[in-house]
Amino acid sequence: MADSSLRPSNNSNWWSRLSDQLAPRRWLEPVLLLGPAGLWLFLLLVIPTLLILEISLVPGLRLGQPAEGYGLGNYLQILQPVYLRVIGRSLAFALGSTLLCLGLGFPVAYWLALMSPKRWRNLLLVAFILPLWTSSLLRAYAWTTILRPSGVLNTFFQGLGLPAQNWLNTPTAVFIGLTYSFLPYMVLILYASLEKLDTRLLEAAADLGATPQQQFWKITVPQTFPGIAAGCLLVFIAALGDFVVPTLLGGASSMNISRLIYNQFLGPTRAWGFGSALSMVLIFAVSLAIALLLKYGDRSTVTETSQ
Amino acid sequence: MAAAPKVTWQSLFSTVMYGFMYFPIIVLAVYSFNASRYSASWEGFSLKWYHSLFQDSRIFSALMDSLTIAFVAVAVSAILGTMMAIGLAKYRFRGKGLYRGMAYLPLIIPDIAIAVATLVFLASAAIPLSLWTIIVSHVVFCLAYIAVVVASRLQNLDPNLEEAALDLGATPFQAMMKVLIPQLAPGILAGCLLAFVLSMDDLLISSFTAGGGANPLPLEIFSRVRTGVKPDINALSVVLITGSALLSGVAEYVRYRSDRHRQRLS
Repeated sequence: MADSSLRPSNNSNWWSRLSDQLAPRRWLEPVLLLGPAGLWLFLLLVIPTLLILEISLVPGLRLGQPAEGYGLGNYLQILQPVYLRVIGRSLAFALGSTLLCLGLGFPVAYWLALMSPKRWRNLLLVAFILPLWTSSLLRAYAWTTILRPSGVLNTFFQGLGLPAQNWLNTPTAVFIGLTYSFLPYMVLILYASLEKLDTRLLEAAADLGATPQQQFWKITVPQTFPGIAAGCLLVFIAALGDFVVPTLLGGASSMNISRLIYNQFLGPTRAWGFGSALSMVLIFAVSLAIALLLKYGDRSTVTETSQ
Repeated sequence: MAAAPKVTWQSLFSTVMYGFMYFPIIVLAVYSFNASRYSASWEGFSLKWYHSLFQDSRIFSALMDSLTIAFVAVAVSAILGTMMAIGLAKYRFRGKGLYRGMAYLPLIIPDIAIAVATLVFLASAAIPLSLWTIIVSHVVFCLAYIAVVVASRLQNLDPNLEEAALDLGATPFQAMMKVLIPQLAPGILAGCLLAFVLSMDDLLISSFTAGGGANPLPLEIFSRVRTGVKPDINALSVVLITGSALLSGVAEYVRYRSDRHRQRLS
């Protein structure tokens, strides 16, 4: 019965021998397991983030110019009306697309979790989130072919005798694109939450004379609130930092914070200090949203759906 | 009782939303066969965009760059991420909360901020940008996603099996390789597929860490579609979507199989 490979073997695997020899040293195994990934993340994420924090405190830093000492100049620059408008626009894009995702996603998740045929339920859910597997760049590009003046939508409108719409390069296109990009995440998280809904509560409420509306607002919504909060914050964060959709669909009028940061580094201005300050503001905004999620949301919903 | 599904407003609404999700993809697919370059009206079936796509050596070398980056980054991340997930599940130590927070950081910080931070770091360390700097920066988020997926699978495992192996005389290393890793394999595979797709899809981090030498596919696509509609990009979309559909099919099949396996065990 004995599987020879399970005996302390005399094979020449150096790591095996090393860990045999060092087995009594209890600190070694955790260090071997956690060290490499930890070092990688520390070197390439923690230190770089601290570095942009430092650079953001050097006013007017540009590539190839000597630094002039610390100050809050870059952060004060963000307070100029033109940049405040960019931040306001980013928040509006994120908030608007979050509400659209919630409004459109809730009925779908509800139908999937509670009303769809049980046999096909898993397959139907997978089918809804399948577009996430395709490139986000190509999905945004697909909308440009639909929304451009001579695009599919206007050809269709013309056929119906409706006036042509010029939605490409307007905020409308950005809202459509962002909603399209993040709707599957919302449905996935709401589904996980609705699936756990105790339907006996609904039946009990119906027996006691509650109307369907009352059942929905007094039972379904409060019971799934952690999922709603998690879904909203996830979409909000993703939409806030999105770059591709506002660039491809929004045109020049839809400058948001990601595009502004991009321009500071890869555009003509090369203002690294200002770009770093904007990045710190974005990281701060996202951290705030995460803190709210951890405080009010249901953690298990989030971890389950991130699988 | 096999009642016919009732038509409700929710089911109708859901049908419309399924249409919304697939409409852009269908449009891309249909227009990739359209003979006309600019018009949205149908001007005959043609394979010329596929023809010009397969003649396009820039696209091909960009695809090769992307595949190289994704394969190397995912391979490194699979090892580091799995080790991290096992380590976090197994040990208690001081500063574990901080370590865990760092591990989840790449999932939280927006791509643009990671991209900026990596660029500033590479510039201040005077490291020249190349294909390798892209790979190294992709490992950061790939390993975090793989660790999350593996960690969720670790929660459902039976820890007694590893202890049994240790009792039977296996070294800790053998117990890990022969008992733990095979049980984790579906989770590792699912995590790798997710990381692979994210790596192939990444535009921002690649843009900031690619020097002149490397030009991954998203950068090539982005520079082309910025300036309007390109029918050969429609053809490329169809090829890539077919590829990712196959990949997602494999992923969902693996998950389905491992779920069934788990159900049978419990």
